[in-house]
Amino acid sequence: MLNILMAFSLTDFWNRVFVFENYGRLFDMLSQSILAGAVLGIIGGFAGTFIMMRDHAFAVHGIAEMSFAGAALFLLLGYDVVTGSLVGSIASAVLIGLMGVKHDESNSVIGALMPFGLGLGILFLSLYEGRSANKFSLLTGQIVSVDSAQLTEMVVGAVIVVLALLAIWRPLTFASVDPEVARAKGVPMRGLSLTFMVIVGIATALSVQVVGSLLVLALLITPAAAALQITASPVKALIWSVIFAELAIVGGILLALAGSLPISPYVTTISFLIYIICKIIGLARRRFSSSGRREAVTA
Amino acid sequence: MTHSSTSSAPAALEVVGGGLSFGNRHLWDDLNLTIRQGEYFAVLGPNGSGKSTFLKVALGLTQLSTGSIRVLGQPARRGNPGIGYIPQQRGIPVNTPMRAKDMVGLGIDGHRWGIRLGGKKHRAKVDELLEAVGARDYANVPVGLLSGGEQQRLRVAQALANNPKILFADEALLSLDLNHQYAVSDLIHRYNKSDGGTVVFVTHEINPIIDHVDRVLYLANGRFTVGTVEEVMRSEILTDLYQTPVSVIRSNGRYVVIGGEAHGVGSMDADCHHDDELEIR
Repeated sequence: MLNILMAFSLTDFWNRVFVFENYGRLFDMLSQSILAGAVLGIIGGFAGTFIMMRDHAFAVHGIAEMSFAGAALFLLLGYDVVTGSLVGSIASAVLIGLMGVKHDESNSVIGALMPFGLGLGILFLSLYEGRSANKFSLLTGQIVSVDSAQLTEMVVGAVIVVLALLAIWRPLTFASVDPEVARAKGVPMRGLSLTFMVIVGIATALSVQVVGSLLVLALLITPAAAALQITASPVKALIWSVIFAELAIVGGILLALAGSLPISPYVTTISFLIYIICKIIGLARRRFSSSGRREAVTA
Repeated sequence: MTHSSTSSAPAALEVVGGGLSFGNRHLWDDLNLTIRQGEYFAVLGPNGSGKSTFLKVALGLTQLSTGSIRVLGQPARRGNPGIGYIPQQRGIPVNTPMRAKDMVGLGIDGHRWGIRLGGKKHRAKVDELLEAVGARDYANVPVGLLSGGEQQRLRVAQALANNPKILFADEALLSLDLNHQYAVSDLIHRYNKSDGGTVVFVTHEINPIIDHVDRVLYLANGRFTVGTVEEVMRSEILTDLYQTPVSVIRSNGRYVVIGGEAHGVGSMDADCHHDDELEIR
């Protein structure tokens, strides 16, 4: 009896997770959301590579919480939520960049900032008397309602993020992986750090709209972290990172399309599976060739 | 740029009345020093004597408290293209996304904005540099997986990427095994002799480079001495510097210093001299 009940609830569960009714029509209706997801994948892949290179995962989390606070404030005041999340994330990114130039310092700044941002966000949401679905989506994300204005916003944001990263690519890499020599070579460490934080702020704010502030790491960190497991080439890392981010976000949206569940669990699960696979590949490589050399030489 | 050690050659590095202090702690005062183009110059001294800070000043990373310093005829500043810099070997995290050839490549154009154009020429130059330091075999290996000695070879290649006129090395042989010490020191020597480059080598251990060094600046206890190795590495000179009995024993062309830091300097400023590596060198 119990078995039957479990089997039933399990099928029921899978039926809720994977829904493909009226798929074609939904696909047409939501093509804009899918496009927005694709744009986001590029942002996540690009920014993520450098975030991992600079070991800034924690900063992204902190910025995401402040982005949530900003969005909640603007929601409460009746302004545009996206603008609010941009304001929140860029302000906190600059703050982190200014207060903690050294990595250890920045971690404590972020640790102090993050709960404060989350607390503020909760305060603003409690004061807000509108639709409660709006509240929840700030934390866990939604992409179904992307309109063309928002899409344009995202494309503009993506162009800014990608162009800015290409412009500072070499000195940023130098400053991230080899800071001592970079400083002596005259690379402007502080200016680069601040510029990069603003870029991260923009990338975070754009991602928050889709995956929500709690899950933003799945888009900005996990794909790049996975890529770095399988390659040490900066260019290849970037390419893989974009591919993984695209798989996670677009794949996640496509799976979530017809169901009633939010897209974020799909995105985070795909992202996590990719990471696990890459991790295994990385470990296997290192095990079967002494210190990973033979593989790396032929790669 | 030909090799010349005559006094009429322009100064590669010139310090006039240089003094350095942090708060009320004086590292050294009234340092006057001229390093000639093509000279191999060693800066010696125990930990906390200010020898690494001397290098930071020359690189433009720290300012002198008093006096002035000119490198290649210009006031010391960051990013002087005539300078190559080899930092102390430090563990590089295993997952750092940088292969041997990327690290050398950063030495060529890592400070430039925008993406790299002319990749073919760049790769040829990187290959040439890797070849010169004998690092071609691991060109594609992530630097985090390389040994300290291999990493330091890459550091030499990186530092020489832009054909610098002067090379600053900060404890470049520290924590390397003997083979790599001699290999890396040979590379630097070759740069000094065949390219006529000036070398300023900061170290607390002179023996691996002793055959190449022209002159020495020995810093200790807030005092200093400048001269050839034979002039400086003597019991009475170091006793005077440390202000405590120090014996210098010369054996087989190598020097062993007994005393020094453990007594004289160690008592001067406890927080900076916790190492006893200088006791016997």
